[in-house]
Amino acid sequence: MRRVDTPGTGGYFPRPQTARLKANDEGIAMDSYLTPYLPILVLLLLAGVMCVAITFFATVLGPRRITNIKEAAFECGSPTTGDPHARHSVKFFLVALLFIVFDVESVFIYPWGALLRDLNGDGLGWFAYFEMMSFMATLAIGLVYVWRKGALEWT
Amino acid sequence: MEAVLFYIFAIGVVVAGAQVVLRRNPIYGAVSLVACFFFLAGIYVLLSAHLIAILQVMVYAGAVMVLFVFVIMLLNLKEEELGEMHVTTMKGIGLAAVLVLVGFIAWKALTPVQFARDMAVNEQIHGFGGVKAVGNVLYRSSVLPFEVTSLLLLVAVVSAVVIAKGKI
Repeated sequence: MRRVDTPGTGGYFPRPQTARLKANDEGIAMDSYLTPYLPILVLLLLAGVMCVAITFFATVLGPRRITNIKEAAFECGSPTTGDPHARHSVKFFLVALLFIVFDVESVFIYPWGALLRDLNGDGLGWFAYFEMMSFMATLAIGLVYVWRKGALEWT
Repeated sequence: MEAVLFYIFAIGVVVAGAQVVLRRNPIYGAVSLVACFFFLAGIYVLLSAHLIAILQVMVYAGAVMVLFVFVIMLLNLKEEELGEMHVTTMKGIGLAAVLVLVGFIAWKALTPVQFARDMAVNEQIHGFGGVKAVGNVLYRSSVLPFEVTSLLLLVAVVSAVVIAKGKI
């Protein structure tokens, strides 16, 4: 089997060489390998600051004149019809379940797409292609079954 | 740095997980589960399983939680249907089992093992846990499990239709 750690195959989070050389020096090694996540941390912090700031300033600066009409429950500007907490049909559940199955399928396609060029370079291009095609064909059988059974019909 | 992050994520997982079990309102439980998934994704990042961390957020916190929330909305339990908090023998047994398990893990974890840490550092090869590293293992050497996964998903599709269509 070909080793996956040959330099040059990179990966999406290429670690600087220093991280490997100083792997025993915990602080430096860990900091450099978490560096790609710094933007995510900044994003999370910004999102948190925004939430707190908007709520805070809206509470402090905004005028508060509460009336009965303002406090009433409404749906898109019109009065609510029926029980707002009505039970949902089981049909929604079927759609959600089918969505998750095909979502998981797309999860498998993503690394394949990222890797296809490398596989082609190793002469495994057609092998990888038919590998994925048979995977998708199996799931297409499922799609045809669902379709023929009428599970996609909203009756 | 790593240790601090680990404790933040680990405490988050435990607290959020406890909330899932202890909350009476199922929606609060579901939201706590989302928080638990996010903290767990952080732990995956610390283990440098980058792809799994992203999938944890996208598939579990995104898609699978939608399914859970749908079930809660389908059942739509009212406050009075949830019932009162009861202390039963089974819950006592469950609590005892948790305490025994935690105690056992703590005992094992606190037993000093010299080589474990060095081994973990040495196994962190270049690009480990990234999209391409996982793909290389998945599409080169694990072709059969990969194809069997499609059969598993097919079974899930068929069984979902059979169960749901039979009842409507």
